[in-house]
Amino acid sequence: MSAARVKKNVSRQNIIPLPPRTKRSFYGDGIPGADLETLAGKLIVIEGADGSGRSTQINQLVEWLEGCGHATIQVGLKRSTLVSEELERAQTGNTLSRTTLSLFYATDFADQLENVILPSLRAGMMVLADRYIYTLMARDLVRGMDEKWLKNLYGVALVPDAVFYLNVSPEELVQRTFRKQRTLDYWESGMDVGLSRDMFDSFLKYQTLVEDQFKHLQSIYGFTIIDGHRSADAIFGELQERIGTVLSGPVKTKSGC
Amino acid sequence: MEGLDGSGKSTQIHLLQKWLEVQGLKVFFSEWNSSELVKSATSKGKNRQLLTPTTFSLIHATDFADRYERQLMPLLRAGYIVLCDRYIFTAYVRDTVRGCSPAWVRGLYNFAALPDLTFFFKADLEVSLARILDGRPELKYFEAGMDLRLSTDPYQSFRIFQGRMIERYLSMTNEFRFITVDANQPIEVQQSFVRETVASRLDLGAFTRSKVRAS
Repeated sequence: MSAARVKKNVSRQNIIPLPPRTKRSFYGDGIPGADLETLAGKLIVIEGADGSGRSTQINQLVEWLEGCGHATIQVGLKRSTLVSEELERAQTGNTLSRTTLSLFYATDFADQLENVILPSLRAGMMVLADRYIYTLMARDLVRGMDEKWLKNLYGVALVPDAVFYLNVSPEELVQRTFRKQRTLDYWESGMDVGLSRDMFDSFLKYQTLVEDQFKHLQSIYGFTIIDGHRSADAIFGELQERIGTVLSGPVKTKSGC
Repeated sequence: MEGLDGSGKSTQIHLLQKWLEVQGLKVFFSEWNSSELVKSATSKGKNRQLLTPTTFSLIHATDFADRYERQLMPLLRAGYIVLCDRYIFTAYVRDTVRGCSPAWVRGLYNFAALPDLTFFFKADLEVSLARILDGRPELKYFEAGMDLRLSTDPYQSFRIFQGRMIERYLSMTNEFRFITVDANQPIEVQQSFVRETVASRLDLGAFTRSKVRAS
């Protein structure tokens, strides 16, 4: 065996496969002037209620993906430079009506889409979104917003490469919330909707309505529903397998990367 | 009331408001881009030039929705005449000139009722430009449409930007039944026309403030 051959074999083991390019699109009219051809990275979305285990999974995904040699970046709701502080302040006072709140969140989303998500994908990064437009839509639908209006609004959004919805029953969410903190969150309990003056009742009713809307949205957008009642490791295993397909195409690599 | 900056519409709306108030009618005035809640985000976006056509559009829609849901709609329900210095047509015009899809922008605002009367103050472009450029030579970045990269000279950019907006306004005139006011005429002539139109098209008596019963 020649020296050159050996060298080639060794280096091959360290080659990080490039994720396959896929055809990209926006849900609707999209962002004016955005070039979709140059987006080399992948957009992976994890959806689910507070307490469904999103952060745990995202942290593990970051470790795994970076271990495999892919750069990652995270986005989430209410994290934009443009409006996150104002949105937080407005919510604290509970003074916004539903259309306003909906548009405020959409502004926050669009700002991150244009300033973080698209540039990062262009740079070839793995963008992990801790919730995306589906949570925003589900919340608004529960509040009686028009579905057609919402679809038009979020026509600016890029279609992700994979969307996972961590589904956990409202009863289990209550238990998990109390294991972490002493109180239920006003918004996560849907107190503004007027379902019940009893916060515990309202939480269960609201989360059930949100879950119903997620199932409805799933039938339209076709994301993957993950049973969130299992152990974190079991869930991670499923995510790895499914994301592995996104990264390497249908043919699996030995390392699982 | 719609029209370009410098078309004199704010003066006209002010005079109309006075006239209606003197008659003891229930009147409310609302201005584009004035919601307290959204203001700090809008000014941050503008000052730091953080806005793209999409977020520019969305943040103004947020501002409008806040005023619409908390003020305009409840006041209309309470039987007020609501005077708006700019309405959804301003967004249709500005946002589409910036490149947003017309269908998307219209969809955003489809929760808003169409006005009973829409006045469009049509001034010659040069007249509007002169009014703005004479009085306040410092043009703001977004106001001048600098984000569109039409010209590196703010004044030149402003001219092109305003010119494109007037085209959009004109193309909507029939569809939304704009009542066009020749804004090159003297203030009094315009106001006479506005008052006459309002008086003939609205049953003003229906907006009379209810008298507080004497005890």
